[in-house]
Amino acid sequence: MKMMLVILVSAILTENFVLSKFLGICPFLGVSKKLGTAVGMSAAVTFVMVLATAATYPLYAYLLAPNGLDYLQTVAFILVIAALVQLVEIVLRKFSPALYNALGIYLPLITTNCAVLGVTLLNFTKGYTYGQSLINALGAGLGFMLAMVLFAGVRERIEACDVPEALKGLPITLIAASLVSLTFLGFSGIANNLFA
Amino acid sequence: MDILLPILIIAAIGLLAGVLLAVAAHVFAVPTDEKVDAVRAVLPGANCGACGYSGCDGYAKALVHEGASTGLCAPGGETVAAEIAGVMGVKADKVERSVALVRCGGNHQHTQSKMIYSGAPTCRAANQLFAGPQQCAYGCLGFGDCAAACPFDAIRVCDGLAVVIPALCKGCKTCVAACPKGLIAMVPVREAAAVRCQNKDKGGQTRKICSAGCIGCMRCVKACEFGAVMVQDFCAQVDPAKCTGCGKCVAECPQDCISLLFAPKSVR
Repeated sequence: MKMMLVILVSAILTENFVLSKFLGICPFLGVSKKLGTAVGMSAAVTFVMVLATAATYPLYAYLLAPNGLDYLQTVAFILVIAALVQLVEIVLRKFSPALYNALGIYLPLITTNCAVLGVTLLNFTKGYTYGQSLINALGAGLGFMLAMVLFAGVRERIEACDVPEALKGLPITLIAASLVSLTFLGFSGIANNLFA
Repeated sequence: MDILLPILIIAAIGLLAGVLLAVAAHVFAVPTDEKVDAVRAVLPGANCGACGYSGCDGYAKALVHEGASTGLCAPGGETVAAEIAGVMGVKADKVERSVALVRCGGNHQHTQSKMIYSGAPTCRAANQLFAGPQQCAYGCLGFGDCAAACPFDAIRVCDGLAVVIPALCKGCKTCVAACPKGLIAMVPVREAAAVRCQNKDKGGQTRKICSAGCIGCMRCVKACEFGAVMVQDFCAQVDPAKCTGCGKCVAECPQDCISLLFAPKSVR
């Protein structure tokens, strides 16, 4: 149980996918302009991350690893995740139009998002079990959401600021992102001691 | 032979995923209404929400399933109403075109600033600091939040006052929500009087700060034969539904803050 909590908290804070692993920067910069879209996007990412982990772990453990085909995992995972997201989209549209409308435009965007692929691949380099992988995926998604929501707030502030001409737009956004990322450095080492 | 297994596995995964998706697409197919798609195709796609539904998709659904009026699309106007009616096979409803009006006449010739403001150059930010830099707490701030919000580039800021260009305005109401003072209202496009002031202070107070503000003198109310003008909170209002555009109130106004919209230039 303690192990699960440590994995969850470290995935959210110390090993935040966006701010310390620099994965998923594209949606991080692209969809963080408004709080509403940021929450919608990160909810979709969290959902897909857990789902992708749930599907790719058995694939790797029972099909690829026993045959010595470790090097195929990236290709195979992309294939599986893309198909899975399409499937979820079809099913959602049928059974939950409300959820489909809320996540709809974001789902196709994240089919092969690097953060989603990153979670599934990193689960094996860390040697997690199936349960731990799912927790890690959930934590990574929540961490993504935390980063997105924080950064949406920062960007809304930047909108109202008098930014120097040369830094307007993406440059000031990247500088702000690096500062937010620096603050997350302060969390390093916290997860192991938090539940000691 | 080592290469055969990976090829087989990837091909198998791909085939399985493809078959699964094909089956799922068939089993979970959601029947889409062709009529809704056809109606959606003729709508402008501005998703402005002026019709009162959630964007063009919402309006298309409402038209087909709820029998909504075909005359609700403000950006599309008569032509889109006619096209919708064509697709639906009904008679087109009349579209009364309405445009936005900034209900303030206080440009720099009529009113002065009370301070030098150097904060963020948006109306929303300026409004939070003592209701903005201009002397009138109800008047246009002139930073152009409405102009920035307008998807049709129909609003200009002239001499510290936002002005709507009626010919460009599509009546989408985006600017109405953008104005932190709530100054912008929709008015029908026909000859009718309108008051370009929202100042709710007493007359003497208003006169001190702006030479174009309504002082609530009631002369327009007395001049109107149709009961279309009334004064509330020391500020006159015209009911466009009752106004015939006779122009008697315009002639009476000592502050020149009431005017006939869309009248020929000589009458104005």
